[in-house]
Amino acid sequence: MEYVSPEGLRLDGRRPMEMRQIRAEIGTVARADGSAVFEMGNTKVIAAVYGPREVQNRSQQISDQALVRCEYSMANFSTGDRRRKPKGDRRSTEISLVIRQTMEACILTHLMPRSQIDIFVQVLQADGGTRSACINAATLALADAGIPMRDIVTSCSAGYLNSTPLLDLNYIEDSAGGPDVTVGILPKLDKVTLLQMDAKLPLDIFENVMGLATEGCKAVANYIREVLLENTKQLEYRRGL
Amino acid sequence: MLQSNTFSRKTKGGRIKKEVREIYLRDDIYCGATACKTCDTSRARLDASAILIFDTNVLLQQIDLLENPAIDNVVLLSVVLDEVKNKNMAVYNRIRALSTNPLRKFYVFSNQFHKDTFVKRMDGETPNDYNDRAIRVASRWYQTHLGPATPVLLITNDRENKRRAVEEGISTDTIQSYVKSLAQPELLDLLVHPASESEDVAMEQVEDLRPSKRQVVYQEHKPMSEITLGLHRGIYHQGKLRVNRYNPFEAYVGSESIGDEIIIHGRQNMNRSFDGDIVAVELLPQDQWREEKNLSIANEEDEEEDDVHLAPSSADDAPRTTNLVSGSATETNPTPCRPSGRVVGIIKRNWHSYCGSLEPMPMPAGTGSFTSALFVSKDRRIPKIRIQTRQLENLLDKRIIVAVDSWDRQSRYPSGHYVRVIGEIGDRDTESEVVLIENDINSRPFSAQVLACLPPLPWSVSSEDVTNSIRLDLCSLQVFSVDPPGCKDIDDALHCTALPNGNYEVGVHIADVTNFVHPGSPLDDEASQRGTSVYLVERRIDMLPKPLTEDICSLRADVERLAFSVIWEMTSEAEIISTRFTKSVIKSRAALSYVEAQARMDDSRLMDPLTTDLRNMNALAKIMRQRRIDRGALTLASAEVKFQIDTETHDPLDIGMYQIREANQMVEEFMLSANVSVAKKIYDCFPLCSLLRRHPTPTREMLEPLLRTTAAVGLDLDVSSSKALADSLDGAVGDDPYFNKLIRILATRCMTQAVYFCSGDLSPPEYHHYGLAAPMYTHFTSPIRRYADVIVHRLLAASLMIEKLPSVFQDRTQLTSIADNLNYRHRNAQMASRASVELHTLIYFRKRPTDTEARIVKIRSNGFIVFVPKYGIEGPVYLTTKGEKGGGEWFVDEQQQKIVKMDNRLSYSVLQAVRIHMEVVEPQPNRPKLQLTLI
Repeated sequence: MEYVSPEGLRLDGRRPMEMRQIRAEIGTVARADGSAVFEMGNTKVIAAVYGPREVQNRSQQISDQALVRCEYSMANFSTGDRRRKPKGDRRSTEISLVIRQTMEACILTHLMPRSQIDIFVQVLQADGGTRSACINAATLALADAGIPMRDIVTSCSAGYLNSTPLLDLNYIEDSAGGPDVTVGILPKLDKVTLLQMDAKLPLDIFENVMGLATEGCKAVANYIREVLLENTKQLEYRRGL
Repeated sequence: MLQSNTFSRKTKGGRIKKEVREIYLRDDIYCGATACKTCDTSRARLDASAILIFDTNVLLQQIDLLENPAIDNVVLLSVVLDEVKNKNMAVYNRIRALSTNPLRKFYVFSNQFHKDTFVKRMDGETPNDYNDRAIRVASRWYQTHLGPATPVLLITNDRENKRRAVEEGISTDTIQSYVKSLAQPELLDLLVHPASESEDVAMEQVEDLRPSKRQVVYQEHKPMSEITLGLHRGIYHQGKLRVNRYNPFEAYVGSESIGDEIIIHGRQNMNRSFDGDIVAVELLPQDQWREEKNLSIANEEDEEEDDVHLAPSSADDAPRTTNLVSGSATETNPTPCRPSGRVVGIIKRNWHSYCGSLEPMPMPAGTGSFTSALFVSKDRRIPKIRIQTRQLENLLDKRIIVAVDSWDRQSRYPSGHYVRVIGEIGDRDTESEVVLIENDINSRPFSAQVLACLPPLPWSVSSEDVTNSIRLDLCSLQVFSVDPPGCKDIDDALHCTALPNGNYEVGVHIADVTNFVHPGSPLDDEASQRGTSVYLVERRIDMLPKPLTEDICSLRADVERLAFSVIWEMTSEAEIISTRFTKSVIKSRAALSYVEAQARMDDSRLMDPLTTDLRNMNALAKIMRQRRIDRGALTLASAEVKFQIDTETHDPLDIGMYQIREANQMVEEFMLSANVSVAKKIYDCFPLCSLLRRHPTPTREMLEPLLRTTAAVGLDLDVSSSKALADSLDGAVGDDPYFNKLIRILATRCMTQAVYFCSGDLSPPEYHHYGLAAPMYTHFTSPIRRYADVIVHRLLAASLMIEKLPSVFQDRTQLTSIADNLNYRHRNAQMASRASVELHTLIYFRKRPTDTEARIVKIRSNGFIVFVPKYGIEGPVYLTTKGEKGGGEWFVDEQQQKIVKMDNRLSYSVLQAVRIHMEVVEPQPNRPKLQLTLI
C-alpha cells in the first residue's frame, strides 16, 4: 500500500516530517496531586499523579529513595469497537513498566526516601502513538504535582514506510507492520531515556529514523514547556502576585 | 486546518465499524502552472494553454489516448487517481508513469488536502457523487485561481456531472467531442466508445452494420453478490482461467476448492472470459462432461488443429493434449478423467493489449468514416476483437496493437480499440517486435538515469582497484575464456595451474558486475526488472547497457578486468581439497571459441602452456562429470537449432542442430561446480534469504507419456529416482544411432523447468535440483546476462564480509517477489527465443520446400505428430483430411501406440522414421504456417 503519495503527502495530508496537532491541559483531575490530558491528533491520554506519599505496602518501602509505581490502562471506549480488555494483560503490563522506568529516570527519587509516587495513565482515545502520549502526559502531571525532576521527559515515535522516514505514526500507519521507533529524551540534558523498536532496520536508516523521532521529542518539549509556563503564569495570577 | 473524516466500514468479521480519520488541510499545495504568480512554481509543469481535468471513467477508459502526446497539459486530481487505483491498478501505474515523465505535462494536484478544494462528505451522498463534486470544486478552484487567461476544461462523459458543472459555470466537454475538436483523425481511433450510451452516434452506426448479431450470444454473468455466496456455499469454484495454447476453445481453471483442474469446453462455456481472468465456474452435471466437448467443437467455425512449432524443451512448453488423446481414443471409457464446467462470472479481468493483424475484408465505399473490422490476435488463445477505425486501408497490411474495452452479451466478439501500429506484416523486424511485445520484453533503449550510473568511458582498471585489500591480483595467472564464436559478453574465464604437490589449482573467474551495479541505483532497478538478457536469432536484448555488457564487465582477452573468483585446489582425481572465494583482478590470455579450444586439445602437436592447461582441465572435467552422473545427474537432450544468418540481409541461410563438443562440456562442468560451491557458501551464511535454484522431481503422472511411448517400443524405463532413470536412459540403445537421443529428448520434455526461489520460503529437502542431482544449486556464473547471478554475487560478497548486505535481503516478501519476477522473465525470454527461432524457420522454409526424415513422437486419432531432428521442429501430419472427423478407415491402437488402416495393410507406430515434405502454406491470410505432409 502507498503510505506516502508521490506528491509527498501521507494518508492524512501530513508531510513525512510533520507531527499531528498536539494539545495539552493541566489540572484535569481535581483530587489528584497532579494531572494532565495530552492529545496527539486523535490520540487522547489522561494522567494523574499521587504522591509523594506514605508507602502503602511497607515491604516495598525503599530506605534511600522513593518508590515509583505506574499503572497504564486503556479505556474500553478508546478504540472503535467496544471490547472488554482484561486488566493486566501483557501489553499494558509492558507499557506500565516502560513508563515507570522512563519516569523513574528523571524523578529525583533520592530526595524523597521511604515515600511512594503513583502515576496512573489511561488512554481515552487511541489512534497510534499511545506510548509516547502517555509519557508526555505523565511528565506534565508530575510537573503539575510539583515532584522534583532532573528535566522533563518527552517522547515521540517515528516509523519507516515506503522507504521514507515518517514522524508520529497514526493508527493506520502503525498497523502497516513497518518499524516503529519510540524515543524518549531529556531535552535539556540531551539524553535518551527510552528507545524501543520491534522490527529490523539497517543501521544507517535507523539513525535517520531515530534522529527524526528525537526532533519530534524536542518539538513536544517546546510545547510542553510553553504549557507549563502558561500554567505557572495562571497560578501566579491567581495568587495575586 | 484540521478536519476529520468519518465513515463506516465493514470489518473482515462482517461487523460495521465507525472510523474517524484526521485530515490536515494545507496551504502549501500548488497549482502546478508555470505562469502562476501566487504559487511556488519550482515543480510546475503546466504551460499557459488550456488545462484539462479528467474524471475517473474517462481516465480508466481512455488511457491509450492519454498516452498519446497530443493530449497534454493535464491536471490529475488525487481523488480521481485514488479511484482509478482502486478500480484498475494497471491503468493507475500507466498514469503514474505519465505524471513522472518529464516530457509530458501531467501534474498531480492533491485536491483532498488543499484547504480550498477539500470537500466534506455529505450525509447520504454516494461515493460517486462525492467524487464528482470534488472534481467540480477543484475545477472551479483552478478556474478562479488561474483567472480568465488560462482556460480550464473539465472532461467528463457523465451527463449528470456535466449538467451540474455547466450550472456552476465550469466549461466542460465530452472526450469524444474534445478529440474531434483537435482535428487529428488518427486520435479518433484511439478513442474507446462507451458501450452503453446510446446517444453516441458512432455506436449506432456499428449496430446498424450488423443487425443479425443483435441476438444474445452468451449467458449473463451472475452478479457479484451471488458469486460470493455461491463460492461460499461451494456451488461455484474460483480460479484463474488458462486457455489451452494449442486449442483456444478449451480452457482450464485450476480450482483449489475441488483440488483439480476444471475443463471448460467451447466459447459458450467460457462465457466471454479471457486467458488469465479470475473466474467463477459452475460444474456441469456429470453426464455432460464428455458430450459437451464434442458439441462445442463441432459448433465453432474456425476450428484449427495444431500448428507446426519448435519441439518443446520441457513439460511447461508442451501442448497439454495428453489427456485429450487418451480420452478420445478410449471412447468406450464411461468415466471421463476431469470435471467440466461453465463460467458464470468474471471476478477479475486480465485484459491488456494484444498484438495481431486485421482480418482481411473488402474496403467499404466511403473512406474517412468509421468502419468496423475484426482483429485477429497473434496469440491464439485470444478471441477475435472487433475494432472501429477510420484508417482501414492503412491498417490492413500492418501488425497492430489493440486493447480490449468490453464484451457484452449480444456480441460474439469483444470490442476494442486500436492502440498503435508496429509495422508491416511479414517484415522480419516487425515480427521480431511482435515476439518481444507478446512476451512482455522491454526492448526500449536504457534511460538517461540508467546510463548515468555507468562509470566514465573509456574505462580501465585503476590502481585503486589493484591495491584494494579485498581484491587479489591474479594478473600473473594464465587465465582464458571459452565461449561460443562471436560472443561479446564474456562473463566467465578459467585457469588451471599444476601445483608442486601434484594437485591442481583451478579457478573460475566471473565478471564482477556488482562492482558497477550498486543496489538501489536506477541501473539496478532496471536490471532487476529486465531480469535477463534475451537472445533472439538476429539480435540480443541486453539486461545491462552495452558498455557494461561488451566492454567494462566482459572478460576480454589481454586487458585487465575485475572478477569474482572461485578457486579450488583439486587432486588429480578431481577431489576438491579447498575452496576459496575472492574478488580479483585478472588478465585473460585468450578468448577462445569452443571450436578453437577443441581443436587445440585435439591437436597432439601443440604443447604450449595454454593447451596443456586445457587438456588438464578437460581431464578433470571428465572425472567430475562421471562422478556427477554416478550420483544420478541426468544427461538430458534438447533439440537446439543453430541458424546461419546472412550478415547483410539477416535472412537465415542454413539451419542445423547445435553441436555439443567436449569443450562445451568442460566449461559447463566447472560452471556447475562453481555454482554448487557458491550455493553452499551463501546458504551457510544466510539460510533464510539466499537465492537458490531448484528443479522439482517430476511426478509419475508427468512421466506417463514417456512411459507409454517407451512401453510401446518394448523398453522399460525405471523412473523411481533420477539415478535409476539416468541408468535406464543409458541402457536405451536401439538399433539406430538417433534412438537414444530421441528418448532423452522425450524425457526432457516431461519435466518442469528449474526455478529460482528464496531459501526461507521452502524447507531444505525441497531445494533439491533433480536434473543435476545436487542438493543445492544456484546461478553465479553469468551476472552480465542474468540478474539472479547479480543477487548471488551480492550475497557471496556479504558472506565474505567484503560488502554490506543490501536491505532487500531483510525483506523476505520482496525477495520472493524478485525470485518470481526472475522466473517470469526467464520463461518469457525462453519463449521469445523459441518464437524467434520459429519465425526464422518459417522464413527459411518459405523459399525452400524440403523433403526430410522425421520421427513419429505421438499418435493422434487422425494422424500423428512428428519430430524433425534436423531442424528441431515438431508438427502434425494428417492421414485424413480435416472435414471427416474420426477418419473412418484409420484406428488407433492405444496399447501399441500405433495407428492402423482398417485393412491392416498400412500402419504407423510411435518412434518410427518417416519421410515428410515441408512447405510453407498460408491457409488463413497473414498467418503463414509450415505444413508437413507424408511422402
